[in-house]
Amino acid sequence: MDKITLSYGSGGVLTHKLVTEVFAAAFKNEYLDELDDSAIFDLGKGTYAYTTDSYVIDPIFFPGGDIGKLAVCGTMNDLASCAAEPKFLTAGFILEEGFAFRDLEKIVLSMAKEAKTQRVKIVAGDTKVVPRGKTDKVFINTSGIGTVQKRLAASMIKPGDMVLINGPIAQHGLSILLSREKFNYHAAIKSDCNSLWCIVKLLLQNCIDVHFMRDATRGGVSAATNEIADLCGYSLILEEKRIPVTAPCRNLADILGLELLDIANEGKMLFFVSARDSAKALRLLKSSRLGKEAAIIGSVLKEKNGRVYLKTILGGEKALSSPLTEPIPRIC
Amino acid sequence: MKYIDEYRDPKKVRRLVDLINSEVVRPVYKIMEVCGTHTAAIRRFGIKSMLSQKIELISGPGCPVCVTSDGYLKNALFLARHKDIVITTYPDMLRVPADGESLETLRSEGADIRGVNSALDALDIARRLPKKEVVFLAVGFETTAPGTAIALETAKKEKLRNFSVYSAHKTIPEALIALGEDRELALNGFLLPGHVSAIIGVSGYARVFKKIALPSVITGFESSDILFAIYRIVKAVNDRRPILENEYTRIVRNKGNTRAKALLKKAFIQKDSLWRGLGVIKNSGLFVRSVYSEFDAQKKYNLKNEVKNTRALRAARGCLCADVLKGKIAPTQCPFFGKSCTPLAPKGPCMVSREGTCRSYFEYQ
Repeated sequence: MDKITLSYGSGGVLTHKLVTEVFAAAFKNEYLDELDDSAIFDLGKGTYAYTTDSYVIDPIFFPGGDIGKLAVCGTMNDLASCAAEPKFLTAGFILEEGFAFRDLEKIVLSMAKEAKTQRVKIVAGDTKVVPRGKTDKVFINTSGIGTVQKRLAASMIKPGDMVLINGPIAQHGLSILLSREKFNYHAAIKSDCNSLWCIVKLLLQNCIDVHFMRDATRGGVSAATNEIADLCGYSLILEEKRIPVTAPCRNLADILGLELLDIANEGKMLFFVSARDSAKALRLLKSSRLGKEAAIIGSVLKEKNGRVYLKTILGGEKALSSPLTEPIPRIC
Repeated sequence: MKYIDEYRDPKKVRRLVDLINSEVVRPVYKIMEVCGTHTAAIRRFGIKSMLSQKIELISGPGCPVCVTSDGYLKNALFLARHKDIVITTYPDMLRVPADGESLETLRSEGADIRGVNSALDALDIARRLPKKEVVFLAVGFETTAPGTAIALETAKKEKLRNFSVYSAHKTIPEALIALGEDRELALNGFLLPGHVSAIIGVSGYARVFKKIALPSVITGFESSDILFAIYRIVKAVNDRRPILENEYTRIVRNKGNTRAKALLKKAFIQKDSLWRGLGVIKNSGLFVRSVYSEFDAQKKYNLKNEVKNTRALRAARGCLCADVLKGKIAPTQCPFFGKSCTPLAPKGPCMVSREGTCRSYFEYQ
């Protein structure tokens, strides 16, 4: 294949291939080679995390959020997953000729509101306007810098560690699918788009022995866990019946033949916590607004194969792989 | 949740599994699930790992993408290259390769190819783009064909001249006969597809049953649906009593969906069709009737009939899709499996779809 296809952007195996074989290969350095959500470095007396992300979502307004809120939360979450307290963000806008001012203002206000609530400042920006059709309404790039509160690395993950998640999965991806495809579905599904620093902070302040974190965005829990298993070298096992999911999401995924674990989240963090601290971590998560339905969904095995297994609801066991493409409804 | 939880109750499932395993007395029970959604459900619930190894669940040709022939795909790619044509199809079709190309790669080169969830969405695109020719690649079985029939009917009513259908629709009963009569395969029973049955009804299988007389059970997609059907088949095999049963009574009627059947009859004519891996199966294809000929892409663009091209195509391929699709060999026995044929660079469609047998094996490795 000599051209980029859409599958390269799906967050699954092909995205990983693109990142490692093209970008990481060319930009090679000790910070990037970690392939974490943010780069971690020392500067002066402090340790900082630095990250960037671009947002090209269609539709730009969706139940539970909009492209602006997403651009703030997404970048903040990439910092939070590295145990860094988000401090400053930048925002770059690529606008399509003809885009409504009203919509732009709505998006910018939503960004300002989220930044204010989260006590981060958007301190620099850039704007480009391109001819109609050269972009789709608005694309946003944000970058963020934060102060690292605890050094984490996939190599800290040990057999016996527990895997926690702060709530039900697949809400963001399914909400987008519903509003994009205009399926006539009886229940509203709201995106879980949220900044997760508050719950990360809660665990760190209470000295929970967190070994690693990752927000399960594109490619869902499947992609995130496979990536982590690959990074740490140990295999993981997840228990399907413990993975929280709401009834409307489960039903919609069933109707369309989609795998819930492959679907994107924008407000879900996977926490790898020592077994000793896992119950306390769960209690803390459950006491917070964004973790009411938190659960321990799996654990780290001794096996050094870097694979992910799923124990099904019925007790069967299967390998869980990273999705290859955007989740697509089955034909019949 | 109603209609879901009660069919996934682990205790009930355990009981069914024990019941099935206690009935196993013969050295082997070869049961084929014909529907891709059954294959996916069996995998998803981990059903194979619970049953006695003497029960062999063989995945049949029920993934619409997997049975679509190379000839059809090449014609589709040919259409996609035309700059005035917009190709619309189910997104699963995009990655299916033919000669190292796929709709997805053509799209990255600028072809206008759009994934849709129904034939009516394709019709909508045609209404919105009056200056373009919109072709719908119609794949799938009796389940998706009625939607295509409605699209044809509507297009005619609205005189929508820029819309046409390239039909690869196929019918299940004809394939069942071919598979059931295959001596080498020597099947003991069929899990009959729930969705197809909702359209054709129990009566839709009467002809098949007369011909091949194998235990055949219509069933749904929840774990206890599938297990109960397996139980009925195992028991029927033990009793040497062919049965045709409907265990999916909450959805499937005896006569099926009469309205959908009438639509199919009006829009399509049954002719021989080429299935990838299975070859030409008599009367198993649904082709656009002449009343709708102005909306038939095959006529509109003078596409070659792929049925006449089989031998050349098969010789060119070399991969063992055919035997895999029929359940004669395990995917690992194909020389390309995992080497030059992987989910990222699939040689055949069985490696593309998550319902495909090879892909399924690959992910288990």
